[in-house]
Amino acid sequence: MSSTRLGRLQKAPEFFLTRDAISLSRDDRRSFLRKAFLAAGATSVALSAPQAFAQAVAAGDPAILNLPAHSKGLGQPVAARPYGLPSKYEENLQRRESPGLTRVGAASVSFAPLQGFFGIITPSGLHFERHHQGWWDIDPSQHRFMINGLVQNPKVYTMDDLMRMPSVSRMHFIECGANTGMEWGNVAVPTVQYTHGMLSCCEFTGVPLKWLLDDCGIDMKKAKFILAEGADGSSMTRTINLSNALDDVMVAYGMNGEMLRPENGYPLRLVVPGVQGVSWVKYLRRIEVGDEPYATKDESLHYVDLMPDGQHRQYTSIQEVKSVITSPSAGQVLLDKGFFNITGIAWSGRGKIKKVDVSVDGGKNWKVARLETPVLDKCLSRFNVDWTWDGSDAILMSRATDSTGQIQATISELRKVRGTRSIYHNNAIQSWLVSANGEVSNVQLA
Amino acid sequence: MFSSLNTLLAGCDERLRRCATARVRQVHVAASRLASISSRAAISALTIAAFSVAAAPINLGRTATPAEIKAWDIDVRPDFAGLPNGSGTVARGQEVWESKCENCHGAFGESNEVFTPIIGYTTKDDIRTGHVAALRSATVPQRTTLMKLSELSVLWDYINRAMPWNAPKSLSTDEVYAVVAYILNLGGVVPNDYVLSNKNMQATQNLLPNRNGKTRDHGLWELGAKPDVQGSTCMTNCTPKVAISSHLPDFARNAHGDIETQNRMLGGVRGIDTLHPAPTAFVTLAARAAINARAVAPVATGAKDPAKLAAQHACLACHGISAKIVGPSFLDVHKKYAAQKADAVKLLTVRIKSGGSGAWGAIPMPPQDHVPEADIRAIAEWIADGKFQ
Repeated sequence: MSSTRLGRLQKAPEFFLTRDAISLSRDDRRSFLRKAFLAAGATSVALSAPQAFAQAVAAGDPAILNLPAHSKGLGQPVAARPYGLPSKYEENLQRRESPGLTRVGAASVSFAPLQGFFGIITPSGLHFERHHQGWWDIDPSQHRFMINGLVQNPKVYTMDDLMRMPSVSRMHFIECGANTGMEWGNVAVPTVQYTHGMLSCCEFTGVPLKWLLDDCGIDMKKAKFILAEGADGSSMTRTINLSNALDDVMVAYGMNGEMLRPENGYPLRLVVPGVQGVSWVKYLRRIEVGDEPYATKDESLHYVDLMPDGQHRQYTSIQEVKSVITSPSAGQVLLDKGFFNITGIAWSGRGKIKKVDVSVDGGKNWKVARLETPVLDKCLSRFNVDWTWDGSDAILMSRATDSTGQIQATISELRKVRGTRSIYHNNAIQSWLVSANGEVSNVQLA
Repeated sequence: MFSSLNTLLAGCDERLRRCATARVRQVHVAASRLASISSRAAISALTIAAFSVAAAPINLGRTATPAEIKAWDIDVRPDFAGLPNGSGTVARGQEVWESKCENCHGAFGESNEVFTPIIGYTTKDDIRTGHVAALRSATVPQRTTLMKLSELSVLWDYINRAMPWNAPKSLSTDEVYAVVAYILNLGGVVPNDYVLSNKNMQATQNLLPNRNGKTRDHGLWELGAKPDVQGSTCMTNCTPKVAISSHLPDFARNAHGDIETQNRMLGGVRGIDTLHPAPTAFVTLAARAAINARAVAPVATGAKDPAKLAAQHACLACHGISAKIVGPSFLDVHKKYAAQKADAVKLLTVRIKSGGSGAWGAIPMPPQDHVPEADIRAIAEWIADGKFQ
């Protein structure tokens, strides 16, 4: 910059500058660009940061010594992207399908990249997906919500009606009943995205179902169950216990401060805290109050857990206490020996997380991890524990205990009771092997 | 609504300021702006709504009409409450099946190509006992619908609400009865001349091979129910020996694509580069990059790394290196074409470019003509060569 302008306040933006000042500024920019090109030519682009640093170590880190363009130029204006996007450097973290798991994309699942998440909230765009007959972007002005069955006054609500009502906002996890289902028999998938990625956690906003059932005059003498039904092609249905329904179930339109995403049921979905995702009916169009369970497809035929005696457990719903280390986790390689923060998530459909223990020696010895706040009911909790990797083999595991006293079991303990063919509700302790070569892989222990 | 309220208040503010003998009326209002005004001066000209003492009745929504309830209340319970009157023959069911169901589920409900099979592995003895014996053994590759079906109502309800796959709720009531009858006939549950109707649903329910194969005696349904498995509280010296019983085989290293590109390029860890074999000893990130650069160096003279190309063009979504996914494994394709040494590259190039079906089963491979010619050729050469690692 010209010394004549030192210490002088110039009004922004650019059109307040004089013609001379603008031309001076342009010349500065051109000479800056020339210098930047020269600098880029001096250190090869292909060099990694440590290599570049080694070359220039005498003087210091080029990332410090050579001021980058963003330190010496003008950045983007506001609202250049009216709906914000993640940095282009973050595009590796995407929801992905597991090859070969399903044959049809409209009846499939995409897994959330847990390996890259911080804290407990899932970004809306990375929330896992499970569709039974494809997803829709429904016109909310045409969406209707009906309550019928054992009520004095069966009613219809528009979205306007529902959004005028008193609302609550609560943070809860949602986990597919089949999460980790591929691992009942043996190790089957390579990373935490595929072992545990049918899991997300958001803040949901909506109306407690109890208020709506009261508004319709629910017959408390006869009512024992409710049926939730979606408006999409599959018209998903699930039975929910009335005790759940009156406890903390909500009819939600909001997710993470905005409306639900279409993939997650826009404009209305049921939130059934602690219960597997299939009960969180998307595109919710109807609640029927009844006195018997409905034996819908996804509780009597699918989403049934096969036991070793050949019996199917029907209506399995509650997601039991579970945890997993998200980093370092399988599919990752440690950059170097030395300090690492072992981090992970824990959750329980029965209540709050009370404690998480972490082992780095395959379950011989355990250490209590730091539980980060907030610790909420039927919500993910984040844990962290310090670890120094000495370069030898290590097996990382986490074990959660919930507020009811239930403790996460090993896969062997689960198999003793439930066999290996139940598909659903695998809440086993997960083991990650850190090999001497620095690579982390998915293993199961005898 | 808020902007008009503010306009109103602005005018009110001005008038109130001129008013010398102000009387403060206590009004409970939510808008903070209004609250600050009322503390400053009196509001005499406005009647403002206040919270009522009792809880406000919500009084939103309206009563559903009988026609609306009839249009949506389509569920059928296990006791057949909600089942509409009607009937259908096995023969009619076959007609509907062949025109609307067979494409996905196969002529005999046995197809595994699009969805899991509907028919298979149930016996006459199962119909007698109500327990499918095959469920007690691990010999069956996967469970068919009929093996699991314990309530006839669900078959009727689900077909009625969600089938056919791409045109749900398009079947008539009698067509639904007919298709259910045909499925049960395919499974050997009812004879060829069977007529299923609302009158004999319960009698037919009593024939289902797995009607007794269900339980609700577990801890995952009722709130507060007792869990069936409990973990250990042990903190030290918990197990004498740690033994790994299962891990992914080396050939599956790349079965989910390049894991490096599925991880953040920042922090204490990176994703594993699964396009290359695991290093035998620990190497730092910089050294690893150098090793990999050398490894691809010979190919770098013009050609690209075909394994990376296969990942980039999503070939690996359907074809594993050595495992069948949706399509055959590259190893199997290599074996099949290796005999035609001279023509293999040419044949594979055409196959990749124009797609096709039949060579490996009914699932078609879509044409890949959007992939650059050079990339297709590189992938074809790679498969023909058969040296995948």
